[in-house]
Order: sequence, then structure tokens, then C-alpha cells
Amino acid sequence: MSENFGVIFSSILDGLTTTIWATLGGIALTIVLAFAAGLGMLSRWLAVRWLARIYVEVFRGTSEVVQLFWIFFVLPLLVGFRLVPLFAGILVLGLNHGAYGGEIVRGAVQSVPKAQHEGAIACNFSPAQRMFRVILPQAVVEMMPPFGPDIMVIYGVELAFYLVLAILITIVMRALESAGAKRIGRMPPPRTKFLAKTQGGGV
Amino acid sequence: MSVNYEQSFNGPMIQFDNVVKRFGQLTVLEDLNFDVAPGEFVTLIGPSGSGKTTILRLLMTLEKLTEGTIYVGGEPLSHLHKDDKLVEANEKHLREARKKIGMVFQQFNLFPNMKVLRNITEAPVRSLGRSRDEAEKRGSELLEMVGLSDKVDAHPSQLSGGQQQRVAIARALAMEPKVLLLDEVTSALDPELVTGVLHLLKEIAETTDITFLCVTHEMQFARDVSDRVMMFDSGHVIEDAHPDKLFTDPDPDPDPDHERTREFLHAVLDRG
Repeated sequence: MSENFGVIFSSILDGLTTTIWATLGGIALTIVLAFAAGLGMLSRWLAVRWLARIYVEVFRGTSEVVQLFWIFFVLPLLVGFRLVPLFAGILVLGLNHGAYGGEIVRGAVQSVPKAQHEGAIACNFSPAQRMFRVILPQAVVEMMPPFGPDIMVIYGVELAFYLVLAILITIVMRALESAGAKRIGRMPPPRTKFLAKTQGGGV
Repeated sequence: MSVNYEQSFNGPMIQFDNVVKRFGQLTVLEDLNFDVAPGEFVTLIGPSGSGKTTILRLLMTLEKLTEGTIYVGGEPLSHLHKDDKLVEANEKHLREARKKIGMVFQQFNLFPNMKVLRNITEAPVRSLGRSRDEAEKRGSELLEMVGLSDKVDAHPSQLSGGQQQRVAIARALAMEPKVLLLDEVTSALDPELVTGVLHLLKEIAETTDITFLCVTHEMQFARDVSDRVMMFDSGHVIEDAHPDKLFTDPDPDPDPDHERTREFLHAVLDRG
């Protein structure tokens, strides 16, 4: 085992760049789709609500591997061209976790007290201003705790990278969470021992 | 048409015309009719669940009417004229109508994600189209008026309840409303902070020509500042009188409605 370590390590390193790009691209797409789906499910328009709901249910209800298979092998038969493997990976990561994230966004937005909506109406904000100036800034703080593990668990594919990433994301998300909580004047969650609560697995 | 109503309009500032409000099976307001003149300070009193707060919420367009019409400044609040009929208003009309109305809430409802000054300036900038500078200048003046000049950069969560309510009052005034709705504004405050807030409101009522509609359990305050007090019970106005008459009750009246008011006032005033 130990004499193979160099070989193993170098092949892990070879995949590292791809993993980093897939991770970053996937996270970016996840965030965009999560907000689109989450706000879509709360839309005033029935058609938009339905569209968002169908997207979320389909991508949450099927497995990521099946989605990868479809995007990479089946889609080319339908549209006539094949995606670069990395892009196919990013697309599936984004679509899949965007659907989960959509529920997180929806839940966080709905957790902002009704009084805040009413205060915003009394200030005569338009519906979009109410959402983007008053409700969402408060909802984002609620999204931090569930988003952290989601991003962490999903994108660390390789073990070594997974550990580093997990530690980094935990630290960054904790910092963001407590900064966010402080900003809207809520007590930050009590400090746990350094990394004591870091857990892996359990998708 | 809506721009010049203040010059041309001499009628009541607020008018309830056969207003009915039901929540499902529960009728909260039944065929309610009343007027409030421009600049008048009207206090609504009555037991919990009598529909006082619903009246304010209807005026702020936080609730929809079931039947009837509300006019503010002579124009229908939540309806539009269309072919001689009144139809339910769209968001554009509501935003225009809300410009005349401000509201201060029992729980302040300040925005925790904005600093104190931003809480006051955001609405004038976004919905009245003021410049940031202009709004901040006015905002600072208002903060000085409510005695919180030093809290410009604080977050709402760093303020006491009384201070938060003062900011909320400044926020409502920054929109230059014609009508200001006060919904039990001191009920959530520590007793020692109540006096300061009431004093401030009295000063505003005396120095501006804003029309006030106020729901409160502070009877002494109601008596001091009101031009008129309306007593509600189960969705009806059972008395509508000058505070001196309503509170002092010079000659006991055999009228059962008056008896109900006396009973209510006894209960409220004996508490302290």
C-alpha cells in the first residue's frame, strides 16, 4: 500500500482541477437556480408556481446519477450534440442541487415574519422592492445553516479534497452565518468547539 | 385628478361607506359608516376583537374589504372607477393610494437589516423618488425631532422598545402622509417608556395637520389629544362623541349602548 501512495496521490492531484471547476461551477449554478426556483414557487402567478414546482419535484425526485446519464448520453440523441463532460457535470450538479436549494430558499423566505411584509406595505414599497429590499436580506441569514452542509456534502467527491473543502466550507459558512445574524441583530448561534460539529455523509 | 385633490376637495379625509369585513364565517365589521374630517384626531376604543385594528388594517390595505367602499381624500381606496362602477383596484392604484397613508404598528415592524437612518430614508427614496441626500437630510431632522440623533448608525435591535417606536414614527412621517394610523403603539412598551412616546405623538398631532386614526388603551392620552372618540363593540360604533362627554359621562344615560361604554371604561381605568 505505502509504495503505491505516490501513484495514488498523483492521480488524485490530476483530477483536482476538474473537481475544483466542477465544484465552483456547480455551486454558482446551484445558487442561481435555487433562488429562481424558490422565488418561483412563491410567485403571484400560478403558471410560474407550477413551473418551479415541477422543476423542483423532477430533479429532487430522480437520482443524480440518472440525471448525469440522461444529460450526457440521452440528451445528445435528442438535440444532436454532446456537452463537454465538465459542463454536463456542472449542469447536473446545478440542476439537482438547485432543486433542493429551491426548497431552502422558499422556506427561508416564508420564515420572515408577516409583520415585515406589512411594514414594507406601509412604507409603500412595490412587491419587488418588498422582496428584494426587506424580505430576502433577512431570509438569506436563514438559508445559511441548511445551505452549508448541502454544498459541503455534495461537491466534495474525492476524499482528500472532500476533507479540506468540508473544513473550509464549514468555517466560511459559520463566519457568514454569525456575521449575517449579527447584521440583522440576532444572537449568533453559540460557538461550538473548533470543528466539533463537522459531519460528513448523509445526503 | 389624484394630484390636486387637496386643493379641490373639501369633504371628509376618511369615509367608510357601508363597509363589511368578514373573515370566513366571522363578521368583524358590519355595515360600518363614519367620516373623519381633515386634521381630526379620532381615537377608537373598545374591547379586544371589536374590529378597531381591522379598520386600520383596511385603511393600510393590509386587508381586503368584503363589501362597501372606503374613500380617502375623496377617492376610493381599494377600488377603481370603471364605466360608472367600482372595481377592485390593481397594485398601481394601491401604491398611489398608499402615498396618503402611514401606519405605526404595535410591534414597530422596523427592518432589522437596515440601520436606523436607512429605515427612515428607504421608503421616500424608493417610492416617492426622493434623492438619497434629500431623504437623509429630512431623515436626520426627523430623528432629531424624535430625540434620537445619536442613533443614526445603530441597528434597530440595539435600541430599546421606546426608541424603536420613535424610529417607526419618524419612518411614517418621512412619507409625509395625510393620514397616520396608530395601532396600539404603546402596548408593547415598558410602562416607563410609554409617556415619552405619547408625549411625542401629542406634539406631532398639535403641530401638523395630519389626520389621525388611533387605536389605544391609554385612556388619559385619548382624552388629552382626541377631537372625537368612537366606542366599538362587536363591529358596530356604539358611541361617537367628544372625549369630555364620553369619558366624564355627566348625566347617566338609560341608553344600553352608553351603559356598555361605561362598563368598558370602568374595566380599563380601574386596572391602573
